[in-house]
Amino acid sequence: MDLLNAFVALANFVLIPGLAYGSQLALGALGVTLVYGILRFSNFAHGDTMAFGTMAVILITWWFQSIGIHLGPLPTALLALPFGIAITAAVMIFTDRTVYRFYRKKKSDPVILVMVSLGVMFIMNGVVRFIIGPDDQSFADGERFLISARTFKQMTGLQEALAIRTSTAITVVTAVLVVAVLFWFLNKTRTGKSMRAFSDNEDLALLSGINPERVVIVTWLIVAALTTIAGTLYGLDKSFKPFTYFQLLLPFFAAAIVGGLGNPVGAIAGGFVIAFSEVTVTYAWKKVATYTLPESMAPDGLLQLLSTDYKFAVSFGILLIVLLFKPTGLFQGKSV
Amino acid sequence: MNDTLKNTLLFAGIAVLIIGTGFVQSWNSALLILNMGLISAIMALGVNLQWGFAGLFNTGIMGFVALGGLASVLVAARPVPEAWPGPAFQAVGGLLMGAATIGLAILAWRRLDKGRTRGLAVLAILLIGFFAFRAVFDAAVTVIEANNPASAGNIGGLGLPILLSWPLGGVLAAGAAWIIGKTALGLRSDYLAIATLGIAEIIIAILKNEDWLARGVKNIIGLPRPWPVPLEVELQQDPAFLERAAGLGLDPTTASTLWVKLLYAVLFAIVLAIIFWLAERARHSPWGRMMRAIRDNEVAAEAMGKDVKRRHLQVFILGSAVCGIAGAMMTSMDGQLTPTSYQPLRFTFLIWVMVIIGGSGNNLGSVLGGFLIWFLWVQVEPLGIGLMNLITSGLGDGALKSHLIDSAAHMRLFTMGILLLLVLRFSPRGLIPEK
Repeated sequence: MDLLNAFVALANFVLIPGLAYGSQLALGALGVTLVYGILRFSNFAHGDTMAFGTMAVILITWWFQSIGIHLGPLPTALLALPFGIAITAAVMIFTDRTVYRFYRKKKSDPVILVMVSLGVMFIMNGVVRFIIGPDDQSFADGERFLISARTFKQMTGLQEALAIRTSTAITVVTAVLVVAVLFWFLNKTRTGKSMRAFSDNEDLALLSGINPERVVIVTWLIVAALTTIAGTLYGLDKSFKPFTYFQLLLPFFAAAIVGGLGNPVGAIAGGFVIAFSEVTVTYAWKKVATYTLPESMAPDGLLQLLSTDYKFAVSFGILLIVLLFKPTGLFQGKSV
Repeated sequence: MNDTLKNTLLFAGIAVLIIGTGFVQSWNSALLILNMGLISAIMALGVNLQWGFAGLFNTGIMGFVALGGLASVLVAARPVPEAWPGPAFQAVGGLLMGAATIGLAILAWRRLDKGRTRGLAVLAILLIGFFAFRAVFDAAVTVIEANNPASAGNIGGLGLPILLSWPLGGVLAAGAAWIIGKTALGLRSDYLAIATLGIAEIIIAILKNEDWLARGVKNIIGLPRPWPVPLEVELQQDPAFLERAAGLGLDPTTASTLWVKLLYAVLFAIVLAIIFWLAERARHSPWGRMMRAIRDNEVAAEAMGKDVKRRHLQVFILGSAVCGIAGAMMTSMDGQLTPTSYQPLRFTFLIWVMVIIGGSGNNLGSVLGGFLIWFLWVQVEPLGIGLMNLITSGLGDGALKSHLIDSAAHMRLFTMGILLLLVLRFSPRGLIPEK
């Protein structure tokens, strides 16, 4: 029995990756939930918008790298992030003006807006593949590890290592900052309050003189920032591939629905629920079990509940359980 | 201009496009477009049943199509004697145990009184069932996959005629649709979309990873041809055929490929005609009118005593079965099952574009959309490359030029998006609107 080593192994393979992945999912799900709360439709283009924003960041990062601008130990992408957000925001406002506004004015059925977002998804997908291609791109630079496995082993003398990658640390710190700013904005500023009012009761908000177009524009700006940040963090932490970003749509939706669609707190909680369940169910527990159980009970198998390829099945399973037993989500969400 | 004339002109336009491909490119590509167009039209009919008739938003088409493909493999692939019958039955038995566990858990949840005991009992059933399932199932899988992994390693097929797999593909898809419908149909429209999107991904993940079933990403190749389609090699050795080909002034290779594709086209056209006829009968029947009534006003239909949930489940199963049939047909034509080729953009969302652009709610429109969009999907790629060559012809050779020409192939996604948005905006009822 060696509980300390067991805990380190657990932290290294489950807790820390889960935390990073959860932060990325939470940011993505916040975008989904905001669009749902204010514009009242499920945005299928979200994953591809994220790919677009990340692509903008990657291109600017490459440009910076080529002219020799670096952030020292931090990835250059952080410097490119504001520009990427600006480009994505411009594209989203343009999309809203040319595409979504028409249906909003007509008060179309939400399902029509979902169809429209499918069209936007196709276009974004085409644009991203056209500009940067469908392949994997790497754009991470700077220091790779905050604490590398070897340093940790030397520092503590433990058998198991706890490696903390820079990208993981940046992900968590950025996510906390972004969420803090977002909640401050939603709860304390006039615009934020008008957004919440609009989401709660559209007619009442209109009656009290809130300008709906302004609320919508601000929403798209925030969503652009959230998706670009989420996409960049995911790309730094793992890698950028347009198709993977499209597939992230499912865990995003799962996180938003599990937390309660339209509820920002729920989206964050949902993101972590989904992330941790994906990681725990697909992790091979053999190592941890070998450390915690007495030697005679040491397991033969990998103790892996499902292979990693089934991570979608996990987010989906949780989604289904929540929908069956608590359709409005863990935190009170809308069910229009 | 009356409707019949307009529709005839639209279909004549498609015919001109396909025949034009034959003259400009080659008859082989024209027939390939025709064949996949026929299959796409069947898929579009299936989706139209769900969306056009009943307003159900299913984004899991890819999953049902892939299940149809799986049916082809299970029915027609060569049997693997080492895996049959012992290990194969054990694997299936394991799966049945898993299903029984879930069934038992649902039963316990329904029958027992509310409270902590119920939760614990259900949890215990699930846990014990899961480990029992893994024990039986994993043992079988190990045996099956250990058998000659380079060429087999799966349970193999039944070695039956592949035509049988077309209806069976429909049955398999219908079975999956029943399970999905039971759990997800009560949800509101966009939840259903998300749920089905997830299920399709899971089905593909299973096909990719469960090597014992259909060899996963190692693919199953060399599925037999459906009756009466011969192999090209056989035709090329058949003196009677060679004589006829020579009479038409064709070389034997081209003639044999064309003849094979033509036979497929006839087979597919027969299936399309049957399904189209059934769908039209359904639309004009009291059942079809009831479906549309439910679609347009669920509350009113329920007040009239219609069982909305049951009807939804029914039409969801029917539509999915049609997609499964199309999937089995596609796999029989390809002669192989490649799980990695199933992409949601191609197999789910493209079918949606077909239905919306063709005209949702109208069977004829779906068929038209199937042909038209498939033609564009195939042809936009060379057109885009040609266009890009033209645009960049003034540009000096360099990285930018080659990048632009390489990327031009991705123009088709872009084109589909623009088309979908234009139709939704300016002609939301599609090319042939519902009457």
